[in-house]
Amino acid sequence: MYHRYVVVALSRRKPNEGKELTKEEKQRLRKQKKHQKKQKERKNEKGPSETEKDKTPVSLLPPPQPVATQKAPSALPAPASAPIPVPASAPFHSSPAPSPADKPAKSKAELKAERRARQETDRAAKQPGSSSSGIKTKVPLSELNPVVKRLPEHVQVDDPAVVKRLAKKLERQQIPLRSDYGYKVSLFSHLHQYSRKAPLTQLLSIPSTVIHPSIVRLGLQYSQGIVAGSNARSVALLHAFKQVIRDYTTPPNEELSRDLVNKLKPYISFLNQCRPLSASMGNAIKYIKKEISNIPSQCKEEEAKTKLLTCIDRYIEEKIVLAAKAISKYAIEKISDGDVILVYGYSSLVNNILCEAFEKSRKFRVIVVDSRPRLEGREALRRLVQRGISCTYVLISALSYILPEVSKVFLGAHALLANGYVMSRVGTSQIALVARTYNVPVLVCCETYKFCERVQTDSFVSNELDDPDDLMVTRKGKTQLENWQDVSSLGLLNLVYDVTPPDFVDLVITDLGMIPCTSVPVVLRVKNLDQ
Amino acid sequence: MPGADKEADLTERIEAFLADLKRGGCGTGPIRGSGETARETTALLRKVTAQARWSSAGDLMEIIRKEGRRMTAAQPSETTVGNMVLRVLKIIREEYARSRGSSEETDQQESLHKLLTSGGLSDENFRQHYVHLKANVIEAINELLTELEGTTDNIAMQALEHIHSNEVIMTVGRSRTVEAFLKDAARKRKFHVIVAECAPFCQGHEMATNLSKASIETTVIADAAIFAVMSRVNKVIIGTQTVLANGGLRAVNGTHTVALAARHHSTPLIVCAPMFKLSPQVVITTVVRNRIILSKVNVHCPVFDYVPPELITLFISNIGGNAPSYIYRLMSELYHPEDHDL
Repeated sequence: MYHRYVVVALSRRKPNEGKELTKEEKQRLRKQKKHQKKQKERKNEKGPSETEKDKTPVSLLPPPQPVATQKAPSALPAPASAPIPVPASAPFHSSPAPSPADKPAKSKAELKAERRARQETDRAAKQPGSSSSGIKTKVPLSELNPVVKRLPEHVQVDDPAVVKRLAKKLERQQIPLRSDYGYKVSLFSHLHQYSRKAPLTQLLSIPSTVIHPSIVRLGLQYSQGIVAGSNARSVALLHAFKQVIRDYTTPPNEELSRDLVNKLKPYISFLNQCRPLSASMGNAIKYIKKEISNIPSQCKEEEAKTKLLTCIDRYIEEKIVLAAKAISKYAIEKISDGDVILVYGYSSLVNNILCEAFEKSRKFRVIVVDSRPRLEGREALRRLVQRGISCTYVLISALSYILPEVSKVFLGAHALLANGYVMSRVGTSQIALVARTYNVPVLVCCETYKFCERVQTDSFVSNELDDPDDLMVTRKGKTQLENWQDVSSLGLLNLVYDVTPPDFVDLVITDLGMIPCTSVPVVLRVKNLDQ
Repeated sequence: MPGADKEADLTERIEAFLADLKRGGCGTGPIRGSGETARETTALLRKVTAQARWSSAGDLMEIIRKEGRRMTAAQPSETTVGNMVLRVLKIIREEYARSRGSSEETDQQESLHKLLTSGGLSDENFRQHYVHLKANVIEAINELLTELEGTTDNIAMQALEHIHSNEVIMTVGRSRTVEAFLKDAARKRKFHVIVAECAPFCQGHEMATNLSKASIETTVIADAAIFAVMSRVNKVIIGTQTVLANGGLRAVNGTHTVALAARHHSTPLIVCAPMFKLSPQVVITTVVRNRIILSKVNVHCPVFDYVPPELITLFISNIGGNAPSYIYRLMSELYHPEDHDL
């Protein structure tokens, strides 16, 4: 139904394309000019270490139907950096458009001309032929404009310029910057590593004027691991946003549709600092921002707020609750009597499936595989045993021992990447590998809202590093790694995610049906077209 | 009487050794490393040879076999004990043959022709008495002991041939042999080691602390991250509890996963194992410890994994490097086929 794309904070450049209200366009241009001026002064401090960034804004799929509403469809509907970088890039109208130090030749006038030219072409393209068939004719456009993907900040920690920029942005938003902890393994020096003992909230003043209290609470719950698991985190996020919307009042001379989005930005930065956003959270945030921007300006505040609240409720209901029911329905077809099912860690979806299958009187038993240091499998074990399902518990190192007994493996996913790789809790790829060796079918269960456009082939380039102190353990009264910080050549690595190649996965069960791993980009495309 | 005292002393030592073995096997791994166990076993067998009353080689072999059975029964999973008994038996046969005057070649040859024509036992019954047999046997056992003492150093000496600089090496759990191997290479080369901690006993932590004290760049990872980091690993070097006759391994649990991950990434898997770990058994059923049943939950905690020989690239032992396909040959040089079942 919604034919436009979110006015994205993802782009640092000036994506001024498509039909837009002159008033907004003028405002934006004014702000950009201001920033370019400021930026020229700052250019001297920024050394040549600035990463090269293409100034050409990107246009993937221009909106299929021009609908007469205000918001300018902007480029980058779902760029490769979809899940995470929402907070990483500042609001486009207030961020300094980075001028690559290696392209001093492009003057302001040239850029303006470029932009105007692009607007003309887009306007022309949007003429009469823009019906749904126009979508298909416009698809080739995406191949013409190469997608320049902006790297999210959280995988560029080793670049001091990026870190400085982030610090400045956070300072502007009045959010404290969380500092890295401990010795980082050199292979992962491009990622953050925080300590759980130093939560971000310690650096906040109480009461915090900038950040809504429910967001502060949420951030703390994330960083301490109280709310964990991608579904739980998304739902908690959406509920917190509902509270924010309820408490929101539009300031005078401002429009709800734009101001609320701007209000949400510092919250998202804060949550990202507490714990990097997950793919599901990123998609949820994109959805909310889109909904907010679509509020017509004539809409009264109360009406707008109720509309947003119902939108969020519907999102949760459709994408999470009903999706879980649909997935259970498909998955139960795959569970037969006498099965021995292996599950790993705690996945709310897989647990749901097993409980429902048990209620439908399927006879099976479950093997729960767990791993240090999180030991999430114990929670899954507890819930399954409570229902009365007979369970076995092993650690992941006992996998080769237990697999000959197993008939099926059910895995949950954190995100499904566009090249078919499954991003999930660390250890999942190992389970898939050993299951493949023993010819045991591996089924991954994942809702479609977790699909993301990123591509990744190994677990290094983008990951999350958890608190390294979690690896310490006391055995026989002795903690071997107690003073690991003092030993300069010793490092602890606590990875959170890993990617499983698609050839290890036999089937992906989604709310749209049962698909092979390689069909993920098809689903993504269908979703984009729907929107 | 001095004789009786010595005998009492001997039995005491054997009892103490058996008690140690029985205790050492539950949970956290043996109290002593397998090298020490091997040396202790051999020393005890030497004492038995010296002090027990026997008149012919056959008697001695019976006594050793009896003691050997007792020792292996105390701790079936500690195969080094059985291996040492077999070595000593082989030594006795060799010395007997040498005393008889027949060349070693003809007796030890297990040519197919011989096997088919001799049809069963040879006419050896080891009944003849030779005066110097005792001294010879004890001397040979002393040689064996010296060999045992030098195994770790022999293996460590080969380290520089296999590790180049700036490598990333992965290892699992704690192995004294691998520790010595890596420390020796670290004297001359700079490389990075990733240690998988091997839950639940987490012996990898001790290994990591020891390695980092030798100024080796070490990283500890959880078992779950083995496949995730394997793509950046250049070599996997592991130790093992036993080397089986087909070239397979019986190693600490989690090793099979490491081997599979290494094969997937085409990373060489190198096993550092001294010769005394070589066992004539082919497949051993997995040993499971600590089977706790809490209401409706079974918990399994296997101690060892079986790793098939196809996943292994190289064995480094005190006599040099070998492919897994050659292990059966080495075994025939160490043990006599008639002794394989104690």
